[in-house]
Amino acid sequence: MSLIVTGLTVTIGGRTVVDDLSFTVADGERFGLIGESGSGKSLTILSLLGLAPEAAHVTGSAVLDGTELIGLSEEELATIRGNRVGMVFQDPQSALNPLHRIGRQIVEPLRLHGGRNERLSKAELRERAVEAVREVGLPDPESLVDAYPHQLSGGQRQRVGIAIALACRPGLLLADEPTTALDVTTQAEILALFERLVSSRGTSLVFVTHDLAVLSQIADDVAVLSAGHMVERGPVATLLEAPTHPVTRGLVAAARATIWSAS
Amino acid sequence: MTAPSPGLGGSSPLLVGSGIGRDFTLPRQSLFTPGATRHAVVDASLSVGASESVGLIGESGSGKSTLVRILLALAPASAGTVRFDGRPVTPGRAASLRWFRRQTGVVLQDPYASLDPRMTVEAIVGEPLRALDIAGSHRSLITAMLDRVGLSASMLDRYPHEFSGGQRQRIALARALVHSPRLLVGDEPLSALDVTVRAQILELLATLRDDMGLSLLIVSHDIGLVDHLCDRVAVMQAGRIVEQGATSAVLRSPEHAYTRRLIASVPTLP
Repeated sequence: MSLIVTGLTVTIGGRTVVDDLSFTVADGERFGLIGESGSGKSLTILSLLGLAPEAAHVTGSAVLDGTELIGLSEEELATIRGNRVGMVFQDPQSALNPLHRIGRQIVEPLRLHGGRNERLSKAELRERAVEAVREVGLPDPESLVDAYPHQLSGGQRQRVGIAIALACRPGLLLADEPTTALDVTTQAEILALFERLVSSRGTSLVFVTHDLAVLSQIADDVAVLSAGHMVERGPVATLLEAPTHPVTRGLVAAARATIWSAS
Repeated sequence: MTAPSPGLGGSSPLLVGSGIGRDFTLPRQSLFTPGATRHAVVDASLSVGASESVGLIGESGSGKSTLVRILLALAPASAGTVRFDGRPVTPGRAASLRWFRRQTGVVLQDPYASLDPRMTVEAIVGEPLRALDIAGSHRSLITAMLDRVGLSASMLDRYPHEFSGGQRQRIALARALVHSPRLLVGDEPLSALDVTVRAQILELLATLRDDMGLSLLIVSHDIGLVDHLCDRVAVMQAGRIVEQGATSAVLRSPEHAYTRRLIASVPTLP
């Protein structure tokens, strides 16, 4: 699924937080948004789906396979969120409902979106949940669907978050710092999972992070944001080798100063 | 413990933890059986020499924080002993540990959570001076410490919300060091910071350590941080220290399978 963003601008209380942002994500492309805290990267993807704070005023255009997203009513957006576009958030702890079993949360998008074309019975929904849990590599899917979020580790919860995001087989997946709250071994597993699911299904991916090393593993093309502006865009390798904008140079230098390197 | 302090590279030991263990009883699953026991830390020996920097790495749940809480006398151990400069350190009344608190400073992960929003910078940084009954002009100690961490005296009357994440972490560092401790313990001191800020705080930590002759104990799962800052590193997995030694040796030619897996997981730049 392709996404064409043109002149996206978000203002909050008279302050321009995202300024005239334009980028395209081709079908099946893995696109990265990188920048410091407050650069507007999270707000960018939230405003695509009408999830920006209420005080935010969003203008510009974002076309998802021919559908203009900006200016859609809440009802129209609700048919797109979780259905055609999936989202994975940073903190899997707060993204899950502590009162509901895992299985119920995984099939929620299916119940909401799938209901119209295919009426799934309870048993069928459960089967779909078990299958989704298996697909994201969680142990013992049959009993895990009956567990509550607090019984899982952080990495397991994020796998559940990914299962929910992919339940309706969306054409576009938006991921907002999905590995930042995890430790390195879990992060490596989750990145591998993203890689596997996204490439096997041809899902387009927009991946938001402040971690260049993570981005260099998951993204093809990267846009660098600073104070709401896109200062540079290009393939990850080019940006790392020959950053042209001072902000990109700063990011690359800072990353190299603190990163682990065996040599 | 009769074994020598592991891997102390020449410097005399300052903080020595020997054979430390900590068991937790888990909530019982049934009325008729006792709760299971979790061995959070098992026979862990870790020491930090004078002016030495030691890193403690391992994944979430490996027991790093529990071990460090015990080393800081913030939690009781089920087994083992902690000594600082030869003197036993055991959790107890605040007054009985004041000598130990004067020698140690702690900086935590999240500078948004670790600073009281209702206190001014002066009150935050000066708190250890008051709590530990440090003699001398507190104001001048606070100002001098702020200067050291790259903040100005004009910030004394301001509140945490007026500062960025990096500045807050500088305030937290000033608070940890204002009473001139000999040991600084950092629990994930860079994890909550932006990448450019991380580089600055990392450099500041190294400068402060060298200028003040500090010993450092850094708990982190950030291999890059430990590699840049620490002389020695200990690797924890499931409550045990599975490997420790000189940083470069452990990270570049790890012997334990877990260390190898940990290091292979770290994302790198091409």
